[in-house]
Amino acid sequence: MSEPILSVRNMKVWFDVRDDAAGGIFPKTKKLKAVDGVSFDLMPGETLGIVGESGCGKSTLARSIIRLVKATSGEAIWMGRDLLTMSDSDMLTVRKDIQMIFQDPLASLNPRMTCGEIIAEPLKTHSKGMGKAERREKVSAMLEKVGMDPSHINRYPHEFSGGQCQRIGIARALITNPKLIICDEPVSALDVSVQAQVVNLLMALQKELGISLLFIAHDLSVVKHISDRIMVLYFGNVVEIGTSKQVIEAPQHAYTQKLIASIPIPDPRKEMARREVRRAKRAAK
Amino acid sequence: MNTETVIKGRSLWSDARRRFFQNKAAVAGVIALTCIVLISFIGPYFAVWSFEEIDWDTMGSAATLGKPSFASGHFFGTDDLGRDLYSRVLQGTRVSLKVGIIGAGIAVIVGTVYGTVAGYVGGSTDQIMMRIVDVLMSIPFMFVLILLLVIFGRSETMIFIGIGMFAWLDMSRIVRGQTLTLKNKEFVEAARATGVSTPTIIRRHIVPNLLGIVAIYATLLVPAMILTESFISFLGLGVQEPKTSWGALISEGAGTIRYDTEWQLLFPLAFFVITLFSFFFIGDGLRDALDPKDR
Repeated sequence: MSEPILSVRNMKVWFDVRDDAAGGIFPKTKKLKAVDGVSFDLMPGETLGIVGESGCGKSTLARSIIRLVKATSGEAIWMGRDLLTMSDSDMLTVRKDIQMIFQDPLASLNPRMTCGEIIAEPLKTHSKGMGKAERREKVSAMLEKVGMDPSHINRYPHEFSGGQCQRIGIARALITNPKLIICDEPVSALDVSVQAQVVNLLMALQKELGISLLFIAHDLSVVKHISDRIMVLYFGNVVEIGTSKQVIEAPQHAYTQKLIASIPIPDPRKEMARREVRRAKRAAK
Repeated sequence: MNTETVIKGRSLWSDARRRFFQNKAAVAGVIALTCIVLISFIGPYFAVWSFEEIDWDTMGSAATLGKPSFASGHFFGTDDLGRDLYSRVLQGTRVSLKVGIIGAGIAVIVGTVYGTVAGYVGGSTDQIMMRIVDVLMSIPFMFVLILLLVIFGRSETMIFIGIGMFAWLDMSRIVRGQTLTLKNKEFVEAARATGVSTPTIIRRHIVPNLLGIVAIYATLLVPAMILTESFISFLGLGVQEPKTSWGALISEGAGTIRYDTEWQLLFPLAFFVITLFSFFFIGDGLRDALDPKDR
C-alpha cells in the first residue's frame, strides 16, 4: 500500500478550564482533555469518517491538525513533515493543500463579500501573482463545477439557500487544488434532501480530483455513505477504527454498537419491529 | 463568460440604503442637515456685514435698532455689541459642525483601530488595552477638558485634543465587543485556515462587518460632540472671540433675553436644535436600516 498522506500520532489537545469545584481566591484550572492521544493514517484519495457524540473532540482534532487550535503534544505528519512544529511560513505553503469546509454554510461566508470574492480568497492568498481576469475565470469555472450558475458570481451569501452556500464553501475549498479537505460536519445544518445533494457532490468531486477527505459528522448514516474507513471517537479517545463495512456491520466496541443502534431506520415498519425487539429484550431482563 | 449575463448581487449595503430612504424622519434629517451645511457655507456670500464687524449705529440699542430686518442688512438682527447675528450664526455653525465632525472622526478612527486590535488579538494584550480604557474612563473628562483650556489657553485645537482624547473610549468598547463576536464566526476561521494574515483578516473580514455599528454610533456621536463643545462655550471656555460657536451664541442670547432681544437666542437655538434632531433622526434611521434584526 502507498504511503499515508497524513498520519496523526498520539495527538493531544488539552484546554485549561476553570475548576469551579476547587474554590479559593485564585481560580484553579484543570485540564479538559478534548483530544487525548489520537492516532490515525489517511491514505491519498481516501475518505476517513470521524464520528462521535457532541463534545467528543471531533472538531478539535480536525482544527488542531491545521493549527487553528494549538495541540498540546503529538505529531501530524503531512507528506513526511510535522505540521505542528513547522514554521508559519512553511505552514502557509501547506495550507494551500489542506482546505476546510464548515458546518454552518451561511456563517462560514462573509456577509459583506460577494460569492466570487469569497471563492477567490484562497487564490488571493496563495497565488498572489494571478491577474484579476484569470482569477475571475477560475472562480466561474469552479462555480460551474460545484453545480452553480456562474452568473451568480456577484451575489451575496444572504441571497443563496443553505445548500447553495455550502456549495460556495466547497468551491472555496477546491479552488487551490488541495490534496486534503477537512469537512467539519458539512451537512448537519442542511435539510435531508440537500444533504444528499451535497454529499453526492463531494463524492463526485473526490472521485474526479482524487482528494482525501476527513469527514466529520455525528450522523452515522451519512458517514457510512461517504467513507472508506470510519473512526469512532469517545471522550477524546479512539474507540474503534476500521473499514466502513466492519464498523457498521460488526461493531466491536460497546459504544459503537450503541451508536449504530441509534441510527433511525427510514422505514416505520422496520423501526417499529426493532423497537419491539428491544422492548422484549428489556422485559426478559 | 459574458458580462451582460452576470447578475448584479444586492449587497447588504444597498439593502440598507433602500430601507434608510424609506424612513421619512431620516430622509427629512438628511435634507435638513444638508440645508444647514449649505447655508453655513454659501450664506456668507449674501451677508452684508462680516461676523466681527461692529455696526456702531445699533450698538447699545440692540432691542430697538438691532431687530432682524432686510433694510439694515442684519437678517437675524444684531447682538449686544452691534455685530451682525446672521454672519455670526453661520460662522458659529461652521465651528460647531467642525468640532462635531472632527471629534467624531477621531473617535471613530482611533476607537475602531484600538477596539479591533484589542478584540482580535485577545489574551493579555486585550486585558491591558481595555484596562487602559477603564482608567481613562474613570477620569472626569469635563474637568480635564476645562483644565486643558485654562492651562493651554482657549483654542479650537485644544478643544479637538481634549474631546478627541476621551471620545474614542466608548467607541473602542463597542468595537471590541463586536470584534469578539465576529472573531469566532466561521468565516474568520475559514480565512485563518486558508492562511490569510491577521492584518488582512482584520481589514477584509472584521472591519467591513463592523462598519454598520460604527456608522450608527458615529452619527450619534456628532451631536454629542456638538453638545460638549456648546457646554464648554456656554461656560465661556470655548472658541476665542471674535469667533463664536452655537454654545457661545446661545449663552449670550440667554443672557440678554430680558432686554427684549429674543432673536439673539432664537436664531442660534433654532440652528442648534434642527441640527441635533437631524443627526438623531439620521442615526435612528441608520440603526433601523443596518440592523433589521435588532428591532
